[in-house]
Amino acid sequence: MNGRVVTVTSGKGGVGKTTTTANLGMALASMGNKVVCIDADIGLRNLDVVMGLENRIVYDLVDAVEGRCRVTQAMIRDKRYETLYLIPAAQTRDKNAVSPSDMIRLCDTLREEMDWIIIDSPAGIERGFRNALAPADEVLVITNPEVSAVRDADRIIGLVEAEEKGPVKLIINRINPAMVKRGDMISAEDVVELLAIHLIGIVPEDETVLVSTNHGQPVVMNEKSQAGYAFLNIAKRLNGEDVPWMELDEKNGFFNRLGKLISGGS
Amino acid sequence: MASLIDRLIGRNTSSADAAKERLHLVLIHDRTDLSPEDLRTMKDRLIDVISDYVKIDAGETEIQIKANGREQTLIANIPLRNPRSR
Repeated sequence: MNGRVVTVTSGKGGVGKTTTTANLGMALASMGNKVVCIDADIGLRNLDVVMGLENRIVYDLVDAVEGRCRVTQAMIRDKRYETLYLIPAAQTRDKNAVSPSDMIRLCDTLREEMDWIIIDSPAGIERGFRNALAPADEVLVITNPEVSAVRDADRIIGLVEAEEKGPVKLIINRINPAMVKRGDMISAEDVVELLAIHLIGIVPEDETVLVSTNHGQPVVMNEKSQAGYAFLNIAKRLNGEDVPWMELDEKNGFFNRLGKLISGGS
Repeated sequence: MASLIDRLIGRNTSSADAAKERLHLVLIHDRTDLSPEDLRTMKDRLIDVISDYVKIDAGETEIQIKANGREQTLIANIPLRNPRSR
């Protein structure tokens, strides 16, 4: 098997990297893929609680890298999909316990067994980000429609391109169509124009994300959730499917027009 | 769309337009690592050098960075003065 390594990153914290990682992992597993999600944020472990697997941790990423356990022992099997696994971050260790070459070696091992290896990068542009980027076959940059997040996304895209990693694909998270409509939020079209990279998904601002996360259930499991549906679509696009852009605002068909614009323009 | 309607009825620029405009400028300077101050200094020095060879209209000279996708281009518009008109 020859698994693909997808790194989820953003520069700025709090834009939705961990939520995206958990949801894409679960969506890809629900489609029958073997998936492992890796929390690369050493010292600030989070992906475990978002996936609802925090009570099952025995070994972590640093244990696997330092040889205290086999890689398979650090892989926690999900309770809903048996083809989904999590390698949690170490909580008590220094972030320098893992190097970029450790991550490349780990992922080369995982590629043999898995279809997808999804790495949740820490915020920032330092060691943890370099670790998450080193083994990447493709990079998903997450941003929100706000000036600070877009600026940091641009910086990250520049760094990823300088490392010749990629392709880089953009996810715009927490779009509020009503605010865009009244001119109080940068539109997804404008973000794509500013950052000038390929868009793979738009996720609407949606209360069900928080509610699901409270229960440790990624929102993609909620069939009524618009955000969950958006994450499922992104997973399908990663998997090579051509998925139409969802319409989030029936009145003016904003997302529909955006989708047409993007697919027509590139 | 909302901003277009706002403009048509003469309302102020929307906050989204303001954000886009500010981001546009910030990203150009982040990508080129060139501050507005550096750009002004470069413009003055370019005018000095070019003036050693031809007469130019320094007041009308424009130097700016334009984004084309993720590539930046330095665009200089330097009108030459007609020597015989002096």
